[in-house]
Formats: sequence, structure tokens, C-alpha cells
Amino acid sequence: MIQLQDIEKVYRTKTIETVALNRVNLHVERGEFVSIMGPSGCGKSTLLNIMGLLDEPTSGVVSIDGQPVKTHSDKQLAKLRNEKIGFVFQSYHLIHDLSVVDNVELPLLYRNISGGERRKRALAALEKVGLSTRTRHFPSQLSGGQRQRVAIARALAGAPEIILADEPTGNLDSVMGEEIMEILLRLNREEGTTIVMVTHDEHMAHKTNRLIRFFDGQQVADSLVLEAQI
Amino acid sequence: MLKNYFKIAWAVLQRRKFFTFISLFGISFTLMVLMVVTSLFDHVFGPQMPERGTDRLLFVNNLREEQGEGYSSSGPPSYYFLDRYVRRMQTPEKVSINSVFNPVNSYIHNKKLALDIKHTDQQFWEILDFHFLEGNPFGALEVKNASRVAVINQTTRKNYFGTGPALGQTIEVDQVKYRVIGVVEDVPVLRIQSYADVWVPITLKSQDFKDTGLRGGYFATIKARQAADIPKIKEEYARIIQQVSQLNPKEKKQVHSYPDTILESFARNFLGSGKEDKVGFLYTMLALAAFLFMLLPTINLVNINISRIMERASEIGVRKAFGASSNTIIGQFVVENVFLTLLGGLLGFLLSAGVLALINDSGIIIYAQLGLNLRVFAWGLFLCLVFGLISGVYPAFKMSRLHAVEALRGGSK
Repeated sequence: MIQLQDIEKVYRTKTIETVALNRVNLHVERGEFVSIMGPSGCGKSTLLNIMGLLDEPTSGVVSIDGQPVKTHSDKQLAKLRNEKIGFVFQSYHLIHDLSVVDNVELPLLYRNISGGERRKRALAALEKVGLSTRTRHFPSQLSGGQRQRVAIARALAGAPEIILADEPTGNLDSVMGEEIMEILLRLNREEGTTIVMVTHDEHMAHKTNRLIRFFDGQQVADSLVLEAQI
Repeated sequence: MLKNYFKIAWAVLQRRKFFTFISLFGISFTLMVLMVVTSLFDHVFGPQMPERGTDRLLFVNNLREEQGEGYSSSGPPSYYFLDRYVRRMQTPEKVSINSVFNPVNSYIHNKKLALDIKHTDQQFWEILDFHFLEGNPFGALEVKNASRVAVINQTTRKNYFGTGPALGQTIEVDQVKYRVIGVVEDVPVLRIQSYADVWVPITLKSQDFKDTGLRGGYFATIKARQAADIPKIKEEYARIIQQVSQLNPKEKKQVHSYPDTILESFARNFLGSGKEDKVGFLYTMLALAAFLFMLLPTINLVNINISRIMERASEIGVRKAFGASSNTIIGQFVVENVFLTLLGGLLGFLLSAGVLALINDSGIIIYAQLGLNLRVFAWGLFLCLVFGLISGVYPAFKMSRLHAVEALRGGSK
């Protein structure tokens, strides 16, 4: 589904060179729920951004469904993100000026579908995360957990095959965090959505199928969770 | 998608009210000034009553004589010149000779009325499109007989006769009595070719006819059979002027005179010393002035837009993450900005309407009825769009270049 080959990401300034990712090779299979763990600054989010085509590697090849994306134009990358990938961010990144349902419609705006159909699909996504009664609210009127559920509904609305979640429970208390995790697990289990989640939370990571650990831009462990627990 | 853009645009306008006020004030004030100027321009040079068919009209209102040693003089041509040479032209459909308007006094109920009188022939009424409220113009017979008849404008009618009858009544202007035979709608003073308060037959000024000099106090109004004949009329007129220049070769006199449209006449007399055709130069100057006038508020709006958009870096990041390409982002911000400028344009229209009403009421320009007609509206709309595009495209382009990751971090780059 997602294949990373020899990925390097180097940030350069005039005086300093920082290696964020160092020769990373990773293959995420269709239907997997992968968690990525590691200390702050080890390159987890950079990796997720590269997987999500939001950032370009300094070297190496990113392939989605077997197709390398290196030569894709801005427009082609935008289309791939729109159709294949849904994002969930730690700080939600909802658009404050739009209502809940308008936020959820966002990925569908960039597809050639009618307003009525967009609204239908956005409401269905909100239903899945249990927020069908808050469609007309604005993000500022919701709790942190509710905002993250809106963000998940937005990621789901376009029915992507992949969801990339960057510390989705990081800003939430444990109860809210569990709720969000349950939604993601259900998506993976019932709809077969491939999920890659960056997390600091060992407990959450152990609920996923596969755990990859990073340290100083390098992949230091990659194991099935059941094996790890044994 | 557009609905979503408008929702966002409206929300952003409401969110930062001070920025919105500054933006809208800048746009509406600039457009208001441009609209008032456009309206004035249209009022002076556009097709207006009674000079409606401007594509078929030419005016001769200046003749310049140059002799050796740099001596030159210019002014309106004489009746003699116009009658002898211009009236006999072959290419025009009709030629009218009429005097420049002259200020005269009239007294009614011991009250002085300052009026402007113009002497015209019957062709004047046939060429121009006056709106007669009562009666009719004078014809060939009245002109031939030098009848003391007058056509007056509605303001003079009101001052003289109030609500009573006017036709057949007598008015006394400069101690001469005239019988009123027609009342026309007021003609604005800026229409100097046709403006007056009182129009009387040209033959009442026959003492002028004997002066055989080239310059006097008369205009010619020429009507072409069709717009395409205008160049032919100009050519024929040029031949006449060449002929007139060579009448007395010993004098070495150069004569310059041209049948011009209203705009050409203005450009030639004010910018071309009565000789060169300066319409292109006039348009260039006007375009440059409008550009410079719009430049400052545009730069201001560009800056405001950049800071406004910078605040929305995270939104740009999210939109990119969910499938918006850079071009889509540019499109969104340009649409938003055009929406803002159209809103400013609407306010500008309202302000312009208010200012034009004030100008009309103030009487600064006599009988002026400046208004926002379709031509002015189209120009205003065009200016709004230019304003919106210029001030929106650069910030949108700049922000669309932002990497999604940078944008999500808040646009630190």
C-alpha cells in the first residue's frame, strides 16, 4: 500500500545540517494498523508527512499502490492525497470559520460531486463518530474529544484507503483518548482502512497490529504487537 | 465550492472587523473617486442629450492663425468663414452655424436673471437631439425673417413663468423682446457646443455677418450621413483649410482648424495648442493617473491581504492535505478577494451616488445631472475586478507556494 525505500530527509541551513530520517525502508500493507513510536524529534512526524505526500524526502522513493510519486506534479499529488489519504492531526486543524459539517465536507470539495451528495457523505461520516447532533456547531463550541472526532469524520468523509494520524490522542485525556482509539480500531477492523498512527502512548500503540520504533531518524524496531507483548 | 469560499470569505470579514473596515474603506473610497471622475468624463465627452449620436457629430470651435515671427492667435471661427467654406462642404449631411453662448441679463419682477443666449440656425435643431417639453424649435422661415422668437430651457421657463403658460408669452432679454415658441430640457454647461438658457435665430445677429475675418464668435456643428463618413469630412475640411491658408500667399499665414469630436476638441485645444491631435496622449495621461491613484490602495490591500492570509496558513495546510492543489488555493483567495472588492465596489457605488447627488444639488456645474448610468456602472465593475485581481493574485500566489507541512505549522516560512 505504502512503500518507502531508502528515505532520507535532511534539513540544511547555512551552518548546520540535521538528518531527520536516515535510510528508512518501510512497507505498510493494506489493512494494517501500524503505530510508530519514538522520542520527540526522532523523525516520526516527518515520516508521516512523507508518507502522506505533504513533504518530499531528500532522497529515496515513496510509492503508493506500487506507483512511485517522485515525478508527480502538484496537481497529481493533490489528487492522490484527496482520494487515497485522510489525515488526523494532534491539534485537530479544523477550520474555525466553518461549521462542523462544512469542515467534514472539505475533502469532498475537491472532487466533482454535487453539494447534496457532499452533505450526505459528510453527515454519514459524522454519524460514524457519533457527532450527528453537532453538525451545525462551530469547532470553538466543541470539547477537545469532539473536535478530534470531527477531524476523524473529515478524514473518513472521502472514504480514503489510508488514514495517517499524528498523535491523535496526544491532546486528550485518557477517557477521550480511549474513545478516539476505539473509533480508529473500529475503522480498521470493520472497514479495512489502513492506518498509520504516530503516538507517544505505549498503551495505545499496543492496541495496534504492528509497532515500529524510531530513534535519531532511524528505524530501530519493527514488530507485530502480539510478538512484542510475548 | 464557491459557496464554501463565500462562507469563509464572509466569516473572515467578520472576524477582523478593523482590517475589514480599512480594506473596504480603501476600496470604496478609491472606487468612489474613480466613479465620480468617470461619470464626469462621461458627462462631458459621452453621448448625452442633446449630443446623442456622437459617432456622427463633429464640431468646429477653434481656428488658429499663425504668421511669421511666432505671432499666432486662436479662437472661435467667424460666421463669414463658416458660412463661406464650411456650410458648403459636400460630404456632411448637415452643417449648422451657431454662436458661442453670451451672458446677458434679463429682468423679471424687478429681479435680475443672468442668462446665456445662443444664436443658431434651423439646422442646429435638426442635427441635435433636444428634448422639447413644450412647443417646437424655430425653422427656416423664422431664421430667414430674423423673427424675434426664442426657445428657452426649463429653468428659465420656471423663473419667468412659474406654473403658468409659457408658449406665446414674451420674454425680454438684453432689452429685446422675444416670443417663446419652445421649452427644452436644461442642457449642462459643459456641453459648450449646445448649451444656453435662451436660443434665438442667428439672423438676429446679422451685424456679425459682414466681418470677413477668419475668427469671430461662432461654432459649426457637422452631422455625417454615417459614422464611416467622418474621415472623409475631415479630409474635405483639411483641403478647405489648405485653400484658406493660400488665399494670400504674401501674408505667409498658416491656418489651423479641425472638425473634431468632443473629446478630440478638448484634447487638441488643451493639450495640443489647437494643432496636434492629442487624444492618445490624453487617454495615456488618464490611464496613468487612474493607475497611480489605484496603486497606493492596491499595495495597501496587498499588504493587508498577505497578513490576513498568513493568519490562515494552517487552513491552507489543511486544504492542501485534503486535496487542494496550489492553483485551487490561488483560486480560492482570488475569489475571496474579488468578493471583498465587489463588496467594496457596492459601497463605492452607494458613496458615488451620494457624491454625484451632492454635486448635482450644489449647482457647481450648471444644469449637470451626473448619474451612474450603465456605462459608468460597467466601468466601475471593471475597475472593481481589476482591483480585486491585482490585490488578490500576488498574496494568493505567495501563499499557495507554501509547503503543506510549513503551512500546518503556521506558515513559519
